[in-house]
Amino acid sequence: MESTKKQYWKGLEELGKDPEFVKYADKEFPEYLPTNSELEETEEGSTRRDFLKLMGFGMAAVTLASCEAPIRNAIPYVNKPVDVDPGVPNYYASTYIQGGDYASVVVKTREGRPIKVEGNRLSKISQGGTNAQIEASVLSLYDKERLTAPQKGGSETDWATLDTEVGEKLTAIAAKGGAIKLVANTIMSPTALKVIEEFKAKYGNVELVQYDTQAAYGLTSAYNNIYGVAAVPSFHFDKADVIVSFDADFLGTWISPIEYTKGYSKGRKIGPKKKTMSRHYQFESNLSLTGANADYRTAIKPSEQGKAVIALYNAVAAKTGGTSISGGGDYKNLKKAAGDLLKAKGKSLVVSGSNDVAVQTLIASINNMLSNYGQTLTLNDYSNARKGNDAQMSAFVADAKAGKVDAVIFLSSNPVYNHSKGAELAEAIKKIGLTVSTSDRKDETAGLVSYIAPNNHFLESWADAEPKNGTFSLGQPTISPIFKTRQEQESLLAWSGNSTSYFDYLKNNWKERFGGGKEGLSFQAFWDKILQDGVYEAPVEAVEYTASINASAAASSIAKNYKGDGFELALYQKIAIGDGTQANNPWLQETPDPITKTTWDNYVTVSLSDAKTLGITEYEGKSIKVDLTVNGATHRLPVVIQPGQAKGTLGLALGYGRKSAGKVANGLGFDANGLVGTLNGAAYYNVTTGVNLAATDEEYQVARTQTHQTYMDRGNVIQEATLAEYQKDPMAGREVPMIATWQDQEHGKVKSTSLSLWKGHEYPDHHWGLAIDMNSCTGCSACHVACVAENNIPVVGRKEVINRRDMHWMRIDRYYSSNEEELAKTTGLIDRLSALDIASENPEVTFQPMMCQHCNNAGCETVCPVAATTHSTEGLNQMVYNRCIGTRYCANNCAYKVRRFNWFKYHDNSQFDMNSSMNNDLGKMVLNPDVTVRSRGVMEKCSMCVQRIQLGKLEAKKESRRPNDDDFSTACASACPSDAIVFGDMNDDKSMISQLLRIKLEEGDYGIDKQVNEERAYTVLEEVGQKPNVLYLTKIRNKDKNESQA
Amino acid sequence: MQVSSPIREPLIHGGKTMHDVSEDICRQVEAKPSKGWMAGFAVSLAILGIGSISVGALLWDGIGVWGLNKTVGWAWDITNFVWWVGIGHAGTLISAVLLLFRQKWRMSINRAAEAMTIFAVICALMFPGLHMGRLWLGFYWALPLPNTFGSLWVNFNSPLLWDVFAITTYFTVSLVFWYVGLIPDFATIRDRAKSKVSRAIYGGLAMGWMGGAKDWSRYESVSLILAGLATPLVLSVHTIVSMDFATSVIPGWHTTIFPPYFVAGAIFSGFAMVLTLMIVTRKLFKLEDYITIGHIELMNIVIIVTGSIVGIAYITEFFIAWYSGVPGEQYAFINRATGPYWWAYACMMTANVISPQLFWIKKIRTSIVSTFVISIIVNIGMWFERFVIVVTSLHRDFLPSSWAMFYPTIHDVGVFLFSIGFFLTAYLLFSKYFPVINMAEVKSILKSDGEKE
Repeated sequence: MESTKKQYWKGLEELGKDPEFVKYADKEFPEYLPTNSELEETEEGSTRRDFLKLMGFGMAAVTLASCEAPIRNAIPYVNKPVDVDPGVPNYYASTYIQGGDYASVVVKTREGRPIKVEGNRLSKISQGGTNAQIEASVLSLYDKERLTAPQKGGSETDWATLDTEVGEKLTAIAAKGGAIKLVANTIMSPTALKVIEEFKAKYGNVELVQYDTQAAYGLTSAYNNIYGVAAVPSFHFDKADVIVSFDADFLGTWISPIEYTKGYSKGRKIGPKKKTMSRHYQFESNLSLTGANADYRTAIKPSEQGKAVIALYNAVAAKTGGTSISGGGDYKNLKKAAGDLLKAKGKSLVVSGSNDVAVQTLIASINNMLSNYGQTLTLNDYSNARKGNDAQMSAFVADAKAGKVDAVIFLSSNPVYNHSKGAELAEAIKKIGLTVSTSDRKDETAGLVSYIAPNNHFLESWADAEPKNGTFSLGQPTISPIFKTRQEQESLLAWSGNSTSYFDYLKNNWKERFGGGKEGLSFQAFWDKILQDGVYEAPVEAVEYTASINASAAASSIAKNYKGDGFELALYQKIAIGDGTQANNPWLQETPDPITKTTWDNYVTVSLSDAKTLGITEYEGKSIKVDLTVNGATHRLPVVIQPGQAKGTLGLALGYGRKSAGKVANGLGFDANGLVGTLNGAAYYNVTTGVNLAATDEEYQVARTQTHQTYMDRGNVIQEATLAEYQKDPMAGREVPMIATWQDQEHGKVKSTSLSLWKGHEYPDHHWGLAIDMNSCTGCSACHVACVAENNIPVVGRKEVINRRDMHWMRIDRYYSSNEEELAKTTGLIDRLSALDIASENPEVTFQPMMCQHCNNAGCETVCPVAATTHSTEGLNQMVYNRCIGTRYCANNCAYKVRRFNWFKYHDNSQFDMNSSMNNDLGKMVLNPDVTVRSRGVMEKCSMCVQRIQLGKLEAKKESRRPNDDDFSTACASACPSDAIVFGDMNDDKSMISQLLRIKLEEGDYGIDKQVNEERAYTVLEEVGQKPNVLYLTKIRNKDKNESQA
Repeated sequence: MQVSSPIREPLIHGGKTMHDVSEDICRQVEAKPSKGWMAGFAVSLAILGIGSISVGALLWDGIGVWGLNKTVGWAWDITNFVWWVGIGHAGTLISAVLLLFRQKWRMSINRAAEAMTIFAVICALMFPGLHMGRLWLGFYWALPLPNTFGSLWVNFNSPLLWDVFAITTYFTVSLVFWYVGLIPDFATIRDRAKSKVSRAIYGGLAMGWMGGAKDWSRYESVSLILAGLATPLVLSVHTIVSMDFATSVIPGWHTTIFPPYFVAGAIFSGFAMVLTLMIVTRKLFKLEDYITIGHIELMNIVIIVTGSIVGIAYITEFFIAWYSGVPGEQYAFINRATGPYWWAYACMMTANVISPQLFWIKKIRTSIVSTFVISIIVNIGMWFERFVIVVTSLHRDFLPSSWAMFYPTIHDVGVFLFSIGFFLTAYLLFSKYFPVINMAEVKSILKSDGEKE
């Protein structure tokens, strides 16, 4: 065999016998290997040790490789999207619409996930404010209870099948001229309405039925009757010097609370340059948030509403040349209110929350007599927030019952639950041939229909809105649909045979309608601008409206309808839960009601004197259940004794008692929607006859976060004064603790802040602070939910709230004034202290947002044995979770009790599955990646949103400038619809906080001291000497004299 | 060879000889456990077992199994801690302070009192440990150890850290003092032992004690030095424990009277606990001749004195609250006495201030039964004193919005039972296997009754 001597070269170098190659030819790795270099260089390179090292490494590597590594689906971008940088948030303008509730928002997304909703400052309506429901809505996006695909007869199907079948059935119904109904809450989107028009055009006999869960049909019909505009007018609370409200909770739940709060708070702001503020009268049955903010509040029964309005009408008419009408009565403060209104003609505003057209007619006519039209109340920019037609809705239910409806599509509406005739409708649905719902979950209505075409969440949708005539708002998706859901408008388009995507449809509609906008841009430029701004204001043609009022007809209607006997029931909505649409959102369930401070429940509120008569007592939320009888039906409900509740009235919240909203909400509380009645064809939220209440033996405890109601006359906590006192002396109401020292003889007493054991801190760069205006704060709790969303605060559930372990970093303390009569009876100190405990029958209310005070001499910092809580060079009290060993000493030594301890593991723990943002993979997407999820056994507290400060500082640093107010704000301050919370750098004399507090930097006893020159500013518990960086501005009431309201 | 004195009552009754002493004390060490002891031990173990379920729940689920809340961050945990530390004061006081004062009557009770001290301090130490949210880290992070966390040190400003130093020092000194005292007696038992095993064990424990003059001389010096070291600790430990409260800002805690008040209270409760245990021990082990009515009476006198000091401290607090003119302070004290926890305050006042005053009556202070009853009442009262200080101050402090009640859960009780179970188990083991009375010292006082030798 011939041996072949074929040679293979490793490369040209070998062939050419390159000297460099030959030198290393015998080495396995001819190139330079740094790891071997030491070995080669040292002669004693010990191969044994090397062997052992490699051996060890090999063993370790093999062992490690054999362990199963958890698979995490964090996949890096193959092609990074241009806009998405890991760790850098993106913000998109969008629009929050929930029925008739609207706000223009900016959505913060991180790596493609929306994690926080903030207000859009460009909007003329919401003006950057939000409310609790909007702040929490981002968690509803990640709700596991949402439907993941279309449903047919209770089981999943695909869109093609659904579209074909629904389309076929609709065509068949249309062919025989069957009645098709679209049932929706208020639709304020012009494009959605156009889609519906197209649908109508296709199927002929189609009727759009709109209803509202908090109806204003009485108001819109009154305006229709008087001015020919069936809409809610624009109320300008900022321009009103005198505001009189009959049961309208305009700061809390009535129609457009963010807008109204923004306006109202402008009128309530006072300072050295503006020493006047609006005066607010409230006549109501339940103590509402608005009533809690009123200067004069009169508790009246629902059946007295009409008479009170007539009385005011007559009082105003008498002075303005109108004719008086019959009826009316005498109510405390009513004459005074009339007098103030007349003094402020054209600068006053009267509103009523009533849904009775008769009452609203009189209210409109009072405003007319006071020449408020065009001033505090305008019609050209009427609001589209409430378009519901109660009569039409009732007719629909009647038709359905009579079998006259052939097809119904519920457009994200849930009338079986939230309409008073829901039970009848539930029966009637069975008679309807084709039933479709676009609800995002199998709710009470969707559970009864044959097809569910689940709608996207608003953060997954394109949308537009016309909240007010001429004011437009655009909503863009901030995430692609998580599930196989489809926007309801797109569904309607599909069923109308139009295959355009809703995005194109929307864009085309805007192009058709606005072209390049009022600036005359190209459409693309206009579109881009609107998309970025989120809002657009189109010019509106001014129309002169003339009024034709029939006051006497209204008066006779009132005389006929307003009768009460025994107890009267007033149904209301809570700020966080509202109509219950977002009831499955645990953040909202655990947000305490600003007035009762109760979570996770609804309950009957009774007045103090009625509770006494019925023998109902309460201690720390522990009380009994009561039997509430309404029109013959008895319901067993929890009870809360409520100061300010009109005697003889009972309050009960709607929005609870959901049966199929999801795991969190189901079975919580009682569904009171069935108790809503009808008056003059509109929903009537009061029951004035046939109501009775009886105490039972069944014990029950409601979960309240605050169980002590008064501030015990502690001037170091709440400092307040009347406006007149303030005008005389800006220091009015202030309590400055003075301390006697051994130097007394020479210097007299000294301020407590000038004495300290500590040397103080130097703040060379920034010094963060918060200023909270208690006069503006309405207690609305938007800040509270914003804080929960921003800082990954766990929800602990009803039981743990009862155990007083809510985790909220910021709370809003609500204090009632003490009962003056009881106080007057006391003699000794002990007596007095126990009398201070008792709240007044109709109390003055003060709200005090309370979070970590970031004390300069913090009690918590000195006592931590492991230095887990420390002071930053920028004045922040920092909590180092990793270092904390959980002795809770800091929390005990915190004078403000703002520290929260992780009693249990709240994440990935099935015992806390109601805490859905930490207990399922979907919910976890809402977590803010900049904030740690705290482990069991560590302390936590407000960080003054240090992550937002840091981001702002970095942004400014990139631009090589000093950061300013625009770079950062805390979550609470940015959410606040009344601008009551101001955050900023107290070292920067241009910052808003420095200007507001009129801070002067001066050499103090130790280092640079800050002199706060604003007379109203005080720190809570000043004499304890902790020197907080959170300052409060005194509460000023626009009252003639300091009087209790009882 | 009884020597009686016309002036003083003999300290040891029954005409004991030195051999009698060895016999009497070693009897229970050498004999089989008695039925009474067995029963007691079974009960103790049962309590320990029940308690350990709660400790398990606490460690497994978190501090939330207790009844604490956002306002009341400490309750039974720190109450128990201070209570046990207080009880742990008597031993050192008896052995060290009374040694320096040459009070020879202490000799028949100091051994048991010291043992009680050590077990009480261990029980006390359980609570700062168990009350931590993250015990698994806290147990060493709270110590000033060199570390690799960027060299993180403890916060020397924190009274909790002072506690760590104060109590570990006290524990160490007490333990050494106790053990040194035990050495001669171990040697006695070793010499008497019949089985190889016990000879080996007690031989090891005796550390080669030969009983020579040099041994005794060193023994005496060490005792004296340790007594000198331990005496300031008697005052410092509870002073520092009281600073946990005194240096805080909470009304009802922020009080300069706390150090002396706590020390007096500690001695008060410590003596009460010594009495409780001694009365049982002397009965169980038939040591009536060694622990006499005279002893009991003397201890009762200490209880009257410290009980009265405590009573004055309670009244002074009220006076100062009124005198200071600080509304928060006034409220805190009025709330203590008349608020929702008035019953705890009433318990404390009755048990700590009124009940020891009964000892002014000679008949009561020389009666075994009434002493036993009152000693238990005092211990209950002292537990309530700490509960009142910890809980009623916290539950209503500065901001009325945060006011809350504290309700204990089954696990609050369980963890307390665990400590009691541990204490009893340890004490019973001690009393069975260690000489409960210091034989060597007692032998020295058999005839030193007033008359010169």
